[in-house]
Amino acid sequence: MFGRIFLTALAAGLLSGIFIWGAHSIKITPLILAAEVYEDAGSSAGNQQEQPQQKAPAAAESEWAPGGGFERGFYTLLTDVLTSIGFAFLLVGAITLRGRSIDWRRGVFWGVAGFAAFYVSPSFGLAPELPGMQAADLSARQAWWLGTAAATAAGLALIALQSRAWLRGLGVGLIVLPHVIGAPAHEITTGGGVPAELASEFAIATLVVTGLFWMVLGGLSGYFYNRFERS
Amino acid sequence: MNTKTLLLKDRIAIDAAHRIAPAVLALLFGAFLVLGTGFAQSTTIHNAAHDGRHALAFPCH
Repeated sequence: MFGRIFLTALAAGLLSGIFIWGAHSIKITPLILAAEVYEDAGSSAGNQQEQPQQKAPAAAESEWAPGGGFERGFYTLLTDVLTSIGFAFLLVGAITLRGRSIDWRRGVFWGVAGFAAFYVSPSFGLAPELPGMQAADLSARQAWWLGTAAATAAGLALIALQSRAWLRGLGVGLIVLPHVIGAPAHEITTGGGVPAELASEFAIATLVVTGLFWMVLGGLSGYFYNRFERS
Repeated sequence: MNTKTLLLKDRIAIDAAHRIAPAVLALLFGAFLVLGTGFAQSTTIHNAAHDGRHALAFPCH
């Protein structure tokens, strides 16, 4: 059984990772690079664009970072593929727990559930950020993001897979709860580094690209899971 | 009839037992990968994964 899960997640994750890397390179990375021009201008002017707990400028100089162009693109490819394989393992693990037969069409629905848990719900509280945008404390945002993703996934599972009304109600509650608690907020001040046009373009681009990615990942997971059944 | 029902029940239970351990292992491994690329606060990992983290709408900086 684990061989089937492993092969499915690896194949679906690798292909979807390459897909999202291509989409990122075309639609998203140019926006990040454009925002960094404002980020750098802001920090050299002494504005507090970055978080105070972020490394001091002197430390940042000595830390390793990929060079520009090809090297930077390579590390983004690595990040996209590894994250995609990670998401694939989460998805295929959930499909296995469910234990029903699956094909690529049903896989797409699983993918949409992943999109809801790992993009829509967290982004509803914490909008996708460009470099240089003002934001609350990093650890607090990460904790809220992860908690929201986990609660949304559990809530969706209860609503879709349970027939008892109180369990479905609990599922709705789990999805709503993080938004009642509220995401870590920061004070929005004028004179932030990144132009609003760039930020809104970025938000919509990540929405569309990530949505497509999850449908591709779900469809491929369903396809390979079905195909590797007899192997 | 009765034996048949029991056998079917047993088969379902065995099937579930075979599924749960690998499924949980897959969930843990997936979480480990996503936490590593998307959420580790190590500066080196952050710098390498920077563009990917922003593009995937993970919290960054």
